[in-house]
Amino acid sequence: MERVEDFRFLRGDGRFVADVNLEGQLHAVIARSAVAHGRIRAIHTGDARAMAGVRAVITARDLGRPVPVIPLRLQPLAELAPFRQPMLAHGKVRFVGEPLAVIVADSPQIAEDALDRIGADIEPLPAIVDREHAEAGETVLFEDHGSNVAIRWTAVRGDAGRAFANAQYVRKETFRIQRHAALFLEPRGFVAQWDGRARKLTLWGAAKVAFANRKILAAAMGLAEQQIEMIEVDVGGGFGSRGEFYPEDFLIPFAARLLNRPVKWIEDRREHLMTANHARETECEIEIAATGDGRILGLRGRSWSDNGAYIRTNGSVAPRNVAQFMSGPYHIENIALSTTQLITNKTPAGTYRGPGRFEADFVRERLIDLMAKDLGLDRVEIRRRNLVRENQMPYPLATITPYESATELDGGDYRQLLDRCLEDFGWAEKVKLDGRLIDGRYHGIAIGCFIEGGGAGPSEDARIVLESDGTYSVYVGSAAVGQGIETIMAQIAGDALEAPFDRIRVRHGSTGDVAQGHGSYHSRATVMGGSAIVLAAEKLRDKLREVAARALGCEPGEVTLDSGTAKGPAGKSLALSELSEAPVEAEATYRGDKHTYAYGSLAAHVAVDVKTGHVEVIDVASIKDVGRIINPATLHGQAVGAIVQGLGGALLEHLVYDGDGQLLTGTLADYMVPSAGCFPVIRSTVVELIPSPNNPLGAKGGGEGEIIPVGGVIANAVAAALADFGVEPMELPLSPPRIWALIG
Amino acid sequence: MRIKLKVNGKTVEAEVAPRISLADFLRDTLRLTGTHLGCEHGVCGACTVIVDGAAVRACLMLAVQAHGEQIVTVEGLSNDDALSPLQACFRKHHALQCGFCTPGMITTAHALLTEEPDADADRVREVLSGNICRCTGYIPIIEAVLEARAHYADQDAPP
Amino acid sequence: MKFPDFDYACPKSLDEALGLLRLHGDDAVLLAGGQSLMPLLAFRLAAPGLLVDLKDVPGLGDIGIDGGGVRLGAFVRWCEIDRNAGLAAAHPLLVEAIGHVAHYQIRNRGTVGGSLAYGDPAAEMPGIAVTCDGEIIVMGESGERRVAAADFFLGALTTCLRPGEIITGLHLPPWPAGRRWAFEEFARRRGDFALAGTALYYDLDSQGRATDAHIGVIGAADRPMRLAQAERMINGSTVNADAIAAAAEAASREVDPMEDFHAPTAYRRALVETLVARALTRAAG
Repeated sequence: MERVEDFRFLRGDGRFVADVNLEGQLHAVIARSAVAHGRIRAIHTGDARAMAGVRAVITARDLGRPVPVIPLRLQPLAELAPFRQPMLAHGKVRFVGEPLAVIVADSPQIAEDALDRIGADIEPLPAIVDREHAEAGETVLFEDHGSNVAIRWTAVRGDAGRAFANAQYVRKETFRIQRHAALFLEPRGFVAQWDGRARKLTLWGAAKVAFANRKILAAAMGLAEQQIEMIEVDVGGGFGSRGEFYPEDFLIPFAARLLNRPVKWIEDRREHLMTANHARETECEIEIAATGDGRILGLRGRSWSDNGAYIRTNGSVAPRNVAQFMSGPYHIENIALSTTQLITNKTPAGTYRGPGRFEADFVRERLIDLMAKDLGLDRVEIRRRNLVRENQMPYPLATITPYESATELDGGDYRQLLDRCLEDFGWAEKVKLDGRLIDGRYHGIAIGCFIEGGGAGPSEDARIVLESDGTYSVYVGSAAVGQGIETIMAQIAGDALEAPFDRIRVRHGSTGDVAQGHGSYHSRATVMGGSAIVLAAEKLRDKLREVAARALGCEPGEVTLDSGTAKGPAGKSLALSELSEAPVEAEATYRGDKHTYAYGSLAAHVAVDVKTGHVEVIDVASIKDVGRIINPATLHGQAVGAIVQGLGGALLEHLVYDGDGQLLTGTLADYMVPSAGCFPVIRSTVVELIPSPNNPLGAKGGGEGEIIPVGGVIANAVAAALADFGVEPMELPLSPPRIWALIG
Repeated sequence: MRIKLKVNGKTVEAEVAPRISLADFLRDTLRLTGTHLGCEHGVCGACTVIVDGAAVRACLMLAVQAHGEQIVTVEGLSNDDALSPLQACFRKHHALQCGFCTPGMITTAHALLTEEPDADADRVREVLSGNICRCTGYIPIIEAVLEARAHYADQDAPP
Repeated sequence: MKFPDFDYACPKSLDEALGLLRLHGDDAVLLAGGQSLMPLLAFRLAAPGLLVDLKDVPGLGDIGIDGGGVRLGAFVRWCEIDRNAGLAAAHPLLVEAIGHVAHYQIRNRGTVGGSLAYGDPAAEMPGIAVTCDGEIIVMGESGERRVAAADFFLGALTTCLRPGEIITGLHLPPWPAGRRWAFEEFARRRGDFALAGTALYYDLDSQGRATDAHIGVIGAADRPMRLAQAERMINGSTVNADAIAAAAEAASREVDPMEDFHAPTAYRRALVETLVARALTRAAG
């Protein structure tokens, strides 16, 4: 099934926000701090203002008092509130790249020229760039608060103290995952237009969570939500990072209203690297306890997430996930894990595909392989032994405190997918290469098991209209981020309406389409948006039966709808398109708060050149159950893409800071993402084995999963390859110099 | 400065400042927004256009350098209502998700296959390693380009 | 990352180009392929008032192969080196090394002269020029001068080019049949700048021993350099495993690699040893 979106993308007819141009538009550029930590003495804007073609230079002073801050969207907690980011820096700067001023000019060239004329007098303060200094608290980023520790979560289950006290086997290690990021290819941007007479704001460039962002924007601008329309155009990738509310989401509309002219802003790549949410930087000191024959008894330890300077909309999701999902798909009865969210002078961190889960899986899968080695047990058997069984579902994971939150694994046959992965991968054959030197390189294999959380509530809206020409327009609050929403939702609608795919057109993500929407994140679009469509379709069909019943002179219960026709008793029928002159529509809200857990296994084969430290990924095979597949091709596409992103995280990508909080990886030459030549063999399978009991579709969210196990599996494969050298990777990325140093 | 060039077969004359990149000229002056800007420093390949038959990073070229040249953008690679064989192969193999890198992949692959219709998988990967995709993991893109080769064998020079 | 403001000139002769450089001094920069210059301008690391485009200057784009060696005009692009049927035989080490430069789109624009003038310590062209006793031909107000590549590169992104000078070509000495050679580099991804690389060759004397060894490295210092100690280990030896190991080890001690967040000094040193060993092994056949 080919995607409807493809036609325009292939011809270059996509409409991304940078392609939106309004008559009379001005262009904005953001002046940003070059200092990681300091007190702002003055920002000199006079010279910039005086330049020909510069229309305005906006600083925090122009934003009113108090300067608006970016609120927390996910789980707004009092503990996190002190660390919210002001829309423009005032008083202090806290990371390199923090916005200081907005320059609006006749062209982007002039706006950028004006950047040189902005002078920032900043009295530097020591930059906090590591855990020790953050925790020591000699220098704090928020003096009023007094600490660089935002919050500490604990994941608890059973009695870890007792389990560890009595365990035959215990191993303690420290792991580190590096700072990296989603790096979506289309830079962020907005075009904002203020209609002074109608007192209406229109904003192009919305993504992911347009409704939530509209709410935030309205509050910050002192407008009613109805005065703002957020239009989602085509979106060039998000991966959890685009679409969260950033300062520019406010600054650009603010500038448009101030100047009464449309204002366009498109970030450049250098600023993207220092402003779009970073992710994943975690240190974890952890112990595993087990019986002598390999049954895992408990996990205990501490982790620290380097959040950067501010807590933005994603709140504390990623750090919390590290603790809550450390056990993954395994039956581990005793857990005591704390995770601390640290504030540092770096770019703020947020969610990136599989947030906290990629990190947790790296830690846990490494521990399991270490355990297997120590106990002399087979790595596969030890996993099979410890996976949660179907008859243990719903299976409660560790409970998070404070703000107690619990979740359960919904269902699935984890063992079956482990076995299938082994078979697809060819484990029995490949294991013969494990640890061997062949053609000058050491070969290694590994396998890992994972779960992917999806289907976050609270709800999603859909509206379906039967148009007078007999086609259906489907409006849904889910956002497109490149995942093929138009196609998937059309398929779901087609099934639910029993109408052919080509009679269905999907509109998504924009606030004008439905009353309320929650967007695309946490792999929720198919589950939530799709379920809303199912409900809306039911409602519409009920309505159509009523309308048809009146026209056919019978009861609604006597009407059957069949491929574009309403049939009544005694052979009477009507084409649906003739039912009514005006379009017939129905809107529905799906409410669901039970998470779904797609699950699976991933295996990899690597070959390591011990002289250069280069790791070649020879083969990766993965399999995942999503409960119900709507579009196999898009799902498969996401799986492969997710794996390659995971490989980037395992081997290549790294956002590096120096001791002064300067971001050293400021270009795409330094921040390396996988290219076409890097990982030529990726095999992934997605199945619909066991539907989720948690929604009418039976679907489990499936956009993130395969990235999750990759770090752990690659590290385990490298350890297996270099067993003769006693190499045990504890830190990502597995760059050549790092591997070389481990070999020694 | 006054420039005169051919874009997608049509002659274009325009006044353009020296510092305007070819990419910005195509996008802003000619409103051919299919050519995308992903980095503006010559790494990501989203801005690839074809200049006198050669795939080139339009963000590293000035519009004034294009005076007298023949430029083909992604918009020039398909007919009014249809997809070219290369584009159809991309669609068939699901070689795109968000679509942002796609025009650059198409122009690069087209330039490659026009010159080397027998390029093998290694060569295709080598050539496309100058184009970043964050969504697909590249596998379906390579497959699409390999299948498209058949359409370029025994072809004359491109439009 | 829009470019800063500048004027643009497209001279039709070398004299005209030289005249523009003389007139504008260091406010003018030369534009050839633009693959190094334009990113600099995009990052606003330079703000010249005038770009002087050499594309219409005749005589800079030729590739000449004769008994005197190989001559590459400054405006020869990487793709032209690929496509030149005679070069693979005339100078196989050049062709092999240039095959590693960047990516497809960059290879369609980047030039010999541009790379030499830029002087990136990890770039292949400067590495070949230095390793292969290249001579860089430079045109200035006072006429033509020829600079040995060994003297041309002074440091990272620094050459001995004087204000107002234009590189017009590179000359490489003739390549005898029977010469042993190899090129080996290590980069994180295909097309990336090398973390380190080596280009090397040697001839064989009548007893089958190596002579006139040239072992050059890129990415291992602030400029491409030949490794005299390593060459000494090879000259006069039958290039066997012991000689190779000794030469590679000498190479690693001879270089003084910079430290950066991509790789520490010790790693680059070890990498040089590995690459020299592998290249010599390949050259020896």
